[in-house]
Amino acid sequence: MNHKTKAENEATDTQWPLWEVFVQEKQGAPHEHAGSVHAPDAEIALQNARDVYARRGRLLSIWVVPSAAITATTPSDDGPFFDPGNDKIYRHPQFYKVPRGVKMF
Amino acid sequence: MEDKKRLEEFEARIQRGEKIEPKDWMPERYRKQLIRMISQHAHSEVVGMLPEGNWITRAPSLRRKLVLLAKVQDEAGHGLYLYSAAETLGVDRQELIEQLLEGKAKYSNIFNYPTLTWADIGVIGWLVDGAAIVNQTMLAKSSYGPYSRAMIRICKEENFHKRQGYEIVATMAKGTPEQKKMVQDAVNRWWWPSLMMFGPHDTDSPNSGELLRWKVKTKTNDELRQRFVNLTVPQAHAVGLTIPDPDLKYNPETGNWEFGEIDWDEFWRVIKGDGPCNRERMRARRKAHEEGAWVREAAAAYAAKHGMKSRVA
Ligand SMILES: [Fe+2]
Ligand SMILES: [Fe+2]
Repeated sequence: MNHKTKAENEATDTQWPLWEVFVQEKQGAPHEHAGSVHAPDAEIALQNARDVYARRGRLLSIWVVPSAAITATTPSDDGPFFDPGNDKIYRHPQFYKVPRGVKMF
Repeated sequence: MEDKKRLEEFEARIQRGEKIEPKDWMPERYRKQLIRMISQHAHSEVVGMLPEGNWITRAPSLRRKLVLLAKVQDEAGHGLYLYSAAETLGVDRQELIEQLLEGKAKYSNIFNYPTLTWADIGVIGWLVDGAAIVNQTMLAKSSYGPYSRAMIRICKEENFHKRQGYEIVATMAKGTPEQKKMVQDAVNRWWWPSLMMFGPHDTDSPNSGELLRWKVKTKTNDELRQRFVNLTVPQAHAVGLTIPDPDLKYNPETGNWEFGEIDWDEFWRVIKGDGPCNRERMRARRKAHEEGAWVREAAAAYAAKHGMKSRVA
């Protein structure tokens, strides 16, 4: 038996950094967020991600990214930040009229 | 004032069936309730490995051993999906695990019962995972995005758990008289604790109203319990097993299997720590955590060494 002091235990129990896991399920499909894992480095993060998110053997590829390295929009960006995309209906093909009977594609 | 308006907006979003994501504004109560629920759920997956792990070395065939190993490993994975979902709410997994190891956290009562025979492994897969599926299928529609997504992932894996259990049960039920007796005995012991998995009656469940209003849950404890009984009774009859409830009877008008009263004294006794295995489970969890310390140390040392190299390069 090894008896450790509380301080020693705390030293070894320090939480490892968080990594976000992205997986590709099918050939040609995009990588999708699956969840997260804790790991001391990228290599172990990949191994942990495999053990946690690929137990059914259907995955083609896994990405791990340090969670701290991700910059994301915030929900309050919802309005102004995305506005430039919302008010340009002329970017959609339905905006344009085509003479009846003409096949475009 | 500001908060009242935000709360109204939040509740309107929930009413429209929108999912709440980690960075969205949410009432503190919603966050607290979710942390409580998701962490208890994660702990249950982790502690749930113990009663079944007990039988891995004694599985009756190599096939059964492979299957049981894979199932127990899945439960570890489920625990991790759920800790990951809980962390999106601003708690550390470390913190949650410490609470569990210190005996301050709750987990599902069912895992405080012992697995006495091999038949228990079949019955756990069939009844305990079966009850979990009923609950988790509902939670897959939960209003909190990360919880709902973790549940969808889990539900996809749980069907295997239930089927492997039912296969063991069906095999033993048509086996020798001793095997049949053994599996019936396991059903007799696990039936009532399985019904207790859905929690107290709606009238005695203080959190239910709020959880339903915020669509964390979309069905009540009693509704889920009834659904489980309706699904399970015909499965028992199909393999010639009886349910240990003299009051059980089919109501053709409602289509429900009506059942007798649960022993709530037992339920509260086990929750308060006096179940047959509460102490043993916590002892086993702490031992596993301590014995894994060298793995964590080695991984950290390896990463430190590597990290240094890449920084130099
Ligand atoms: Fe599970
Ligand atoms: Fe399961």
